[in-house]
Amino acid sequence: MAAHTPTVAKAPVFDEAAAVRAARAHRRNRRLLVLGAQVLLVVVAVGGWQLGSDRGWLDGFTYGSPSGVVRQLHTWFTEGTATGSIWHNIAVTMQETVLGFLIGTLAGIVLGILLGRIHALAEVMAPFIKAGNSIPRVVLGSIFIIWFGLGPSGKIALAVVLVFFSVFFNAFQGTREVDRNLIANARILGASEWRVTSQVVLPSAMTWIVASLHAAFGFALIGAIVGEVLGAQAGLGQLIQQAQGNFNANGVYAGIIIIAALALVAEFLITRFEKRVLRWRPTQLSGDTTGL
Amino acid sequence: MNDTVSDTVPAPPPGRGTPAIELRAVTKRFRTPSGGVYTAIEDLDLTVEPGEFCAVVGPTGCGKSTTLSLVSGLEAANGGAALIHGGPVAGIDPRVGFMFQTDAVFPWRSVLDNVAAGPRFRGVAKHEAVETARDWLRRVGLSGFEDRLPHQLSGGMRKRVALAQTLINEPEILLMDEPFSALDVQTRQIVQDELLSLWELTRPAVVFVTHDLEEAISLADKVVVLTAGPGTVKDTFRIDLPRPRHVQEIRFQPRFVELYEQIWTSLRDEVQAVNAARTPRPATAAHRPKLFATGTGEPS
Repeated sequence: MAAHTPTVAKAPVFDEAAAVRAARAHRRNRRLLVLGAQVLLVVVAVGGWQLGSDRGWLDGFTYGSPSGVVRQLHTWFTEGTATGSIWHNIAVTMQETVLGFLIGTLAGIVLGILLGRIHALAEVMAPFIKAGNSIPRVVLGSIFIIWFGLGPSGKIALAVVLVFFSVFFNAFQGTREVDRNLIANARILGASEWRVTSQVVLPSAMTWIVASLHAAFGFALIGAIVGEVLGAQAGLGQLIQQAQGNFNANGVYAGIIIIAALALVAEFLITRFEKRVLRWRPTQLSGDTTGL
Repeated sequence: MNDTVSDTVPAPPPGRGTPAIELRAVTKRFRTPSGGVYTAIEDLDLTVEPGEFCAVVGPTGCGKSTTLSLVSGLEAANGGAALIHGGPVAGIDPRVGFMFQTDAVFPWRSVLDNVAAGPRFRGVAKHEAVETARDWLRRVGLSGFEDRLPHQLSGGMRKRVALAQTLINEPEILLMDEPFSALDVQTRQIVQDELLSLWELTRPAVVFVTHDLEEAISLADKVVVLTAGPGTVKDTFRIDLPRPRHVQEIRFQPRFVELYEQIWTSLRDEVQAVNAARTPRPATAAHRPKLFATGTGEPS
């Protein structure tokens, strides 16, 4: 007891540097803990899968195995695929996705703002847009193959219709939600209707539009892949389709992994774009640190 | 009243020239969401001479803001005539400036770009507009804040940006809709003083809508009391307090207190009428039928 007394007496002196160090160390430890848990999760899942297929608990023919997936990826990247090099297939899919994304987004923004600004037009178009939106878009893929053949146009068209509606509704709603005082202010300051739209409505609706882009890119990728699965000469969807035809489970998984990697890269780029476009907004209180 | 008054405040020239603003028996009705009709103002007459500072007070929902929108051309009257400088209001007039109750500065533009917006919208070359904007920022005491975004400023500073943004167009008619109501009392008085000294520079005709009687008397040459809705002019009071005025001190003058009592007597009945009836104020714009369900997600 007596030995502790001096430290107790010292306690009231607040050492700020030490407190900051302690807080930092706490944060670092926490981050390491999360990272460690994540690595552990991957090891258990992949290791269990591998172990299962090695021991014969899981049928390798049906469920594949991690080592098989890695072999498949290795083959694709070093020897190429039946339809040319893997890079060619990735390029085809990405071209379809990005073009579909850009065209669909542009069309969605233009039409969304147009209908958001012109109320009468919105009332006229509402039933048609609702009807168009109620069609399960994936079935359009078959029509597009009839229209455009097996080339990339049909996949781009499918991506466009998928992207369009998700962007359109947000652009429309964003346009409707623009602060009416801002519009009145711009008009009184001397802005023409075009300037009001381009310099007040568009930047203001951008918060809504950008929110839809994350989902929209996912839709573009779905459009391209589904289009390829339905029939194509090249592309990742076509690779997956082929692997499926050969009962090559590892090939399907390998295709999925490549697509997931591409989607993550795209998500990263869109997030950067979002931060750039919306940098005028006050920084939000950081309650969200999970990155979800 | 006394000599200083006639020296510093030239009384509106009687019978000479056309008034800056003239509302002749204007009526404005709005359709309510439920399909009814709501009369905001009825048979309202108002005249503001060039260079005159007119404050409009009245109980909640008496059509003060509607009066401004008729003068600005944002809304058209259903009856009567709205004239500026003798000509009927047809759409938005370039001679009019408008300051809103809520923040109407563009949040995505820097302070400088916000102030330069008016000249830019009106086709002035960029470098010229930016130079003028710097000038106006200096006048409202915001030099050094050019590159800030509105959300990085305090409420009082944002009001100064809005003031510079409006005044840079050098309006001959300045309409203000409770512009300082969101500010705390001290900041409000400071900004009011700044408004008065800026107003002295170009002397536009002002219609200043407020629910704050002290603010009205401190700033204006003339205070107009509106009746409870539908709004129409009940009384007009001439404020013969000398200029230049200091908003913080003027309220202690005996004449100020006297005027306050007179106007309050007139206003009190209307406020009581509103509180007795308490008719809900219809929303005119907010209620629109929703055509589509919301998209993939609202922005955070």
